[in-house]
Amino acid sequence: MARTIIPFGPQHPVLPEPIHLDLVVEDEKVVEARPSIGFVHRGLEKLVEKKDFIEFVYVAERICGICSFIHGQTYCQAVEAIMDIPVPPRAHYLRTVWGELSRIHSHLLWLGLMADGMGFESLFMHSWRVRERVLNVIEATTGGRVIFGSCKIGGVRRDMDAGAIKDTLAELETIERDLLQVTRVFLNDSSVKRRLCGVGVLSPQQAHDLGCVGPVLRASGVARDMRTLGYAAYQELEMAPVTRTEGDSFARCAVRCDELLQSISLIRQALGKIPAGDIAVKVTGNPKGEVIMRTEQPRGEVVYCLKANGSKNLQRFRVRTPTFANLPAMLKLLQGCELADVPVLVLTIDPCISCTER
Amino acid sequence: MRPEQTLEVIAVAALLESVRAMQARGARLVQICATALPGQFELTYSFDLENRLASLRVEIPREHPRVPSIGSIYGCAFLYENEMHDLFNIQVEGMTVDFHGNLYNTTVKFAFGEVKAPAPKPQPALVPQRD
Repeated sequence: MARTIIPFGPQHPVLPEPIHLDLVVEDEKVVEARPSIGFVHRGLEKLVEKKDFIEFVYVAERICGICSFIHGQTYCQAVEAIMDIPVPPRAHYLRTVWGELSRIHSHLLWLGLMADGMGFESLFMHSWRVRERVLNVIEATTGGRVIFGSCKIGGVRRDMDAGAIKDTLAELETIERDLLQVTRVFLNDSSVKRRLCGVGVLSPQQAHDLGCVGPVLRASGVARDMRTLGYAAYQELEMAPVTRTEGDSFARCAVRCDELLQSISLIRQALGKIPAGDIAVKVTGNPKGEVIMRTEQPRGEVVYCLKANGSKNLQRFRVRTPTFANLPAMLKLLQGCELADVPVLVLTIDPCISCTER
Repeated sequence: MRPEQTLEVIAVAALLESVRAMQARGARLVQICATALPGQFELTYSFDLENRLASLRVEIPREHPRVPSIGSIYGCAFLYENEMHDLFNIQVEGMTVDFHGNLYNTTVKFAFGEVKAPAPKPQPALVPQRD
């Protein structure tokens, strides 16, 4: 049968991201997907030669506009590990709260985009309506909506007083109620199920071999979540990785829905037992040594490799983003799929090419 | 908190065998990181074993840097290997998917392959003499 190459992206209704796919199709079946990324590679890793390790937190936070806080947090944790800085417990809890708020707004962003991709416009709007409430909480507690700027080496810049904690807990009640309404539709609506169930199945072994991370890995039944490593305040909170066993697009959606409620629970736990005390310690000297730091972003495990030689500029700064790790799985999912399923499959890995083009 | 992790420096000739051993133990490939150092490149292959991080490191000379591809063992390694080529000009032999230098469209070719020269010491500013 004759083969046709259909270009997909970088300007596509479901994926306004700088990634291009050449879809080799036979009739309506995709037999191969050839990716092109790197259109806007920013070279942020190279910037460590210009910015000293203290001010580089601002650069790390700008790697992504969605999981910005966790990028900054991971960078800070890596430097703190090299320099053996004792971060105050209160700062750990505050980082956990803001990290989980980031996860909620990222997952809601994805759910909205997924609904939009399926043509379910009202669900898209409801998802983003709830997301606005989360962004309002973030703005009230950090001063920022996209870039929080609240994490620094040695702790955090802002505290939450008793009033802010009370207001946040009260707002969480409303957010949780709204989340339950939105996720009920995602998990039970027949049109959502018809669009996602059985589409793009990844077995646990395939997900593992392809190096998948985050909800993509957990939806295939592999219980890997970097939060179980116990960084920040997670070692003192109760949580278990959310998993599904079906491995299809619906399972990837369901994992994110369940993780929304898990994040609400984690924020409540953290604010319920947040210890009093300082929020930062003074940092003196320059880092010397190396470390690989892993944390769990909304899209999955992010890896920061830092190497320092005792000067104020790092010798090497390398970020492996979750989307970078999930791209091979996306290409695998596209092989043999129907052309009409391509947007759904691309969306289900929650691609963030902005992160990947660090 | 410093995460628990191990690092083993191995010879380039032992890379494939060591990576195969990792795969046999059920390790997931986490990342490959190249670092340009004076006189050599340092390549770190990191693996996850039940949440424990284990890294293998090879050091290769800066002149004609070559390393075998691990793509036949870990199919997902092709992105890391193309990245090493495009940013550091490291020749990865036998890549399963080769973008031939087109994974990243950077203005400066192999920009990460250079080692930053030590900054010159700042000279005292000349203050104009007033009569």
